[in-house]
Amino acid sequence: MQRITRQDVERTADLARLSLTEAEIVALTRDLDRILEHADQLKDLDTESTVPTAHAIVLPTPQRADEPVPGMDVESALANAPLREGSAFVVPKVIEGEES
Amino acid sequence: MDSLEAQSAGLAAAEVSSVELVDAALARIEAADATLNAVVGVRGDAARAEAAAADARRSAGDRRSPLDGVPLLLKDNMVQQGEPTTCSSRILEGFVSPYDSTVVTRLREAGAIVLGRSNMDEFAMGSSTEHSVHGPAHNPWDTGRSCGGSSGGSAAAVSSGMLPFALGSDTGGSIRQPASFCGVTGLKPTYGRVSRFGLVAFASSLDQIGPIARTARECAWILDAIAGHDAKDSTSIPEPAPRVSDALDGDVSGLTIGMPREYFEEDGADPEVVSCVRAAISELERGGAKLIEVDLPHTPFVVSTYYLVATAEASSNLARYDGARYGRRAEGVSDVDEMYRRSRSEGFGDEVKRRILLGTYVLSAGYFDAYYRKAQQVRTLVRADFERAFAQCDVIAGPTYPEVAFELGSKQDDPINMYLSDVYTVSANLAGLPAISIPCGLVRDLPVGLQLQGRAMDEATLLRVADGFQGRTDHHDQRPPGHLGQAAR
Repeated sequence: MQRITRQDVERTADLARLSLTEAEIVALTRDLDRILEHADQLKDLDTESTVPTAHAIVLPTPQRADEPVPGMDVESALANAPLREGSAFVVPKVIEGEES
Repeated sequence: MDSLEAQSAGLAAAEVSSVELVDAALARIEAADATLNAVVGVRGDAARAEAAAADARRSAGDRRSPLDGVPLLLKDNMVQQGEPTTCSSRILEGFVSPYDSTVVTRLREAGAIVLGRSNMDEFAMGSSTEHSVHGPAHNPWDTGRSCGGSSGGSAAAVSSGMLPFALGSDTGGSIRQPASFCGVTGLKPTYGRVSRFGLVAFASSLDQIGPIARTARECAWILDAIAGHDAKDSTSIPEPAPRVSDALDGDVSGLTIGMPREYFEEDGADPEVVSCVRAAISELERGGAKLIEVDLPHTPFVVSTYYLVATAEASSNLARYDGARYGRRAEGVSDVDEMYRRSRSEGFGDEVKRRILLGTYVLSAGYFDAYYRKAQQVRTLVRADFERAFAQCDVIAGPTYPEVAFELGSKQDDPINMYLSDVYTVSANLAGLPAISIPCGLVRDLPVGLQLQGRAMDEATLLRVADGFQGRTDHHDQRPPGHLGQAAR
């Protein structure tokens, strides 16, 4: 049984904001199908009453005093910006039809 | 003088200076790295200046730790202020960190000198250091073979004698497997023992930083320097970390070593590797440890569980690489969605795309319960396996990896086969346990790793057994053929 179709890969790539080439779609359809075929072995295990583990080492939620501490300064935060203007990151227009 | 212990003793006795050690390391990198490609960047001038300061400080009587004045490499996924971090990815091209990771801060406090950054699989996803924008790293024991991964550059650099120690990160075996392949010692501490602040996230519930060096004793020194609570990592263990180097007394008598039936029945493991590991465990018995068989019945399910959990977390963590704030942005994009898509598609390599896609799929509507939630439930069963086993024994012993270092390129076309070989290493991450790989012999002239897994929080017992083994054997003293340190020794 094929678990993963080409359409699954295209839909998932869209969710992950990845554009795939034709060769990548073919290879990833095959790879994901094989990986999930192997993962189907987990269905043999009865986990009806098993609590899921999100973190192996269970710690209480840490709390700390609500004291202001300086964050990263603007220049450092912007130092890696691909494009900047003043104290802002510049990205292409997000909303259509609004010119500033 | 290529080991941390030797360099530390040389510095303490003023037989050598930190500046000389830094210069010697730079010379060895220069001589060997054209072949090994273990190092992706050095900060020679800055390191030399820090070494001179360390020399002055120590001669004034202020020696901070056994690491004081000793050079090291950071895996290229731990940030240092003013230095690049690439994670071996095109998407982090040009990134220079505006802050220090906690491990860098603590290493500096201990007096250690960060000399540079080591090669790795992109975003720590891989077991071969072949998935790197810097090209593959090579195994010093046989340059046609992989040095393992994802912390392959760190292991290869220590093995070849470029530097006495390095840090790695381990999400499913990425410290232990390369240590095994390169004949060095690599420790993954308990989840939360070392702060992850400033470690580029792969799978946040599994990632842990740890040392790669020649011996367990050296790993204990390094762990003592970097472990402990950090307010900047809410998953770091709040209790103070005990000084593990104090626990090493060379004695394993009275300890019980569990040998999981499932690890020694594993189909597909190299029989010579398995018998080499069996012989090593017998050495612990001769040292007075008691051997018993234990069961880890969910072992056949750990690889599937790991790849579902790890890729789900990775797909979420890697959503931050969008071309907007840092890293590489695709050129000529006309809208923000195209910026995301093209920056990510051009920036990530094949293995990272494969894992993002798998993780996104298992988290998507309709598949979450069947795959991701199911894997989290099986993770509970794996933890329970270890709890039962550790009711009977102090440490669990077995192979680190089912085979010796494989040839470069030999597994590139078969990612699933490569994943399945992680069967012995991923459990420690799923269960949060400390685990170490130590050299235990050679098969066909290539190193084999003995893996020891310990109880959560109990690095002390784990390291005590590893140190006891190394006190009775000399596998950790073996050097690859043509080793750079040989002339100097």
